[in-house]
Amino acid sequence: MYRRRWPLNLVAVAVMVIVAFPVYWMLVTSFRPNSQIRTAPRFLPVGTLDNYRAVFERDHFWSSFANSLQVTLLTVVFALFTAFLAAVAVSRFRFRGRLAFLVVVLLVQMVPAEALMISVVKVLEGWNLRNSIAGLTITYVAFVLPFTVWTLRGFVAGVPRELEEAAMMDGSSRLRAFFTVTFPLVAPGLVATGIFAFIQAWNEFTFALVIMDRPERETLPVWLQAFNFGARGTDWGGVMAGSTLITVPVIIFFLLVHRRVAAGMTAGAVKG
Amino acid sequence: MTAVLSDEGTGTPPVLPDSRRAGRSRRPRPARSRVGLLPYLLLVPALAALGAGLGYPLVRLVVMSTQEFGLRQQFGAPAPYVGLDNFAEIFGDPYFWDVLRRSLIFCAVNVALTLGLGTLVALLLSRLGTAMRTGVSVALLFAWATPALTATIVWQWIFDARYGVVNWLLTRLGGDFEGHSWLSQPLSFFFVGTLIVVWMGVPFVAFTLYAGMTQIPGEVMEAAAIDGAGAWARFRDVTWPALKPIFIVLAALSTVWDLRVFTQIFVLQQAGGINRETNTLGVYAYRTSAGDDFGLGAAIALVMVGITLLATLFHLRQMFRQEEV
Repeated sequence: MYRRRWPLNLVAVAVMVIVAFPVYWMLVTSFRPNSQIRTAPRFLPVGTLDNYRAVFERDHFWSSFANSLQVTLLTVVFALFTAFLAAVAVSRFRFRGRLAFLVVVLLVQMVPAEALMISVVKVLEGWNLRNSIAGLTITYVAFVLPFTVWTLRGFVAGVPRELEEAAMMDGSSRLRAFFTVTFPLVAPGLVATGIFAFIQAWNEFTFALVIMDRPERETLPVWLQAFNFGARGTDWGGVMAGSTLITVPVIIFFLLVHRRVAAGMTAGAVKG
Repeated sequence: MTAVLSDEGTGTPPVLPDSRRAGRSRRPRPARSRVGLLPYLLLVPALAALGAGLGYPLVRLVVMSTQEFGLRQQFGAPAPYVGLDNFAEIFGDPYFWDVLRRSLIFCAVNVALTLGLGTLVALLLSRLGTAMRTGVSVALLFAWATPALTATIVWQWIFDARYGVVNWLLTRLGGDFEGHSWLSQPLSFFFVGTLIVVWMGVPFVAFTLYAGMTQIPGEVMEAAAIDGAGAWARFRDVTWPALKPIFIVLAALSTVWDLRVFTQIFVLQQAGGINRETNTLGVYAYRTSAGDDFGLGAAIALVMVGITLLATLFHLRQMFRQEEV
């Protein structure tokens, strides 16, 4: 149907270069000494690890890393647990209020986090949870939950009830049937959804900015922006090394799971 | 990744109404009888988390918007209720209308560009050979996966006045861009902001539309081509009607997302130093509160929630039309 491919391929190469350039540029800059960055740009990678070494030695990098890791892992565990129970409820049972719950889930994931920054801080202050991992985790769990419920609901509904019922015929209890038959089949969905929750919590900037406002309580994104703001364009090598350290794990995880969660995204997921 | 890379689109096709219905009708309905309390118990943890982390702060936001909540209240003084005074104050402030207009225009431009470019990229993907399509898909996934904060910082570096690659390139091409500061003028500030938002937004739109395109049977396209339909006629009469429901969902979602843009504007403001001419709703609400007027900040934030809600209701109506939940 298409006689000549090369003009189209040329467009494709142009799109590829333009779209991938910022990520490439971040990587290249992060491996370049600042003395070279201040001369004309060079596009081929040259290696020095100095910028990374400097980042590791910067104040609060490791505490921010530890904070980020804790908040993210706690968010994933709590969100998966609560969302899984809810997903089972809505996909295995018909009950009064089921539809209302689903509407609430769809509605609340559209509430802009940016509008709640102010009051979340006040609420957490009231609970003495400002600048605490617990406070940030509560907030993150609530915000990844709608997406997690919605995606897991699809995975649970994808396992036919007949499989469970067959196990029950063979004498298993309902609970046992669920955990020996359905749960293993849903496990890949749990992993994908969990990784996605991980990405959301790891990337989050706005809540962390207002909730964790003491340097030793910062998460990595807040730490990075403080570094970027303080450097005022004088240490692009270091800022790009920091950006790379935050971004690369996310890209790897994202490549693994994006297809499984794409449908959930269309349902109105948390973006970034 | 195969959904993106293979012709058949073996992955879950997002919101294709017909394929979903077909799948659903084969599934027996869950039994209504004898469910008792179990489903409600299963919902308790989720509802508790949503209530604590989202519901209660939302209530507090509404309450705060009707209070005088300034510096004194920060230090423990009781916050008097002032009715709708905060709203009267923001609606009477011409600067608020500037910010609102700016936010809406920024949102409209970004949505239009994201959807337009996303459609073009989707069409490109559907016409490429496997190798090229893989290459473009991977590039798009990089842009999609990059966190908003690091994406903004990287673009800030690309547009850096002194050592940025854009100024270097434009100077080499004969322009006078030595030390040019993109972020100190509102128009070029929003140009950079738009670039970031669109760069991050196009991949999702492109992949979703492309997945939709792969669901259109090849025979239909061939038949149209044999009947003499040109590329544009095929798009208008075959592709577009099939993709319209997806397109509407994407438009609603992009509107909601681009209205609430915070990180990009906030970080560029910190880099460029002009706030007043570049505030959008989210950043303005934040800065008003940070300036110790939480009542006003809450009122501004609620306006943002209200506008988002309108776009969301529209989106929900589409969702429930297309899918039996």
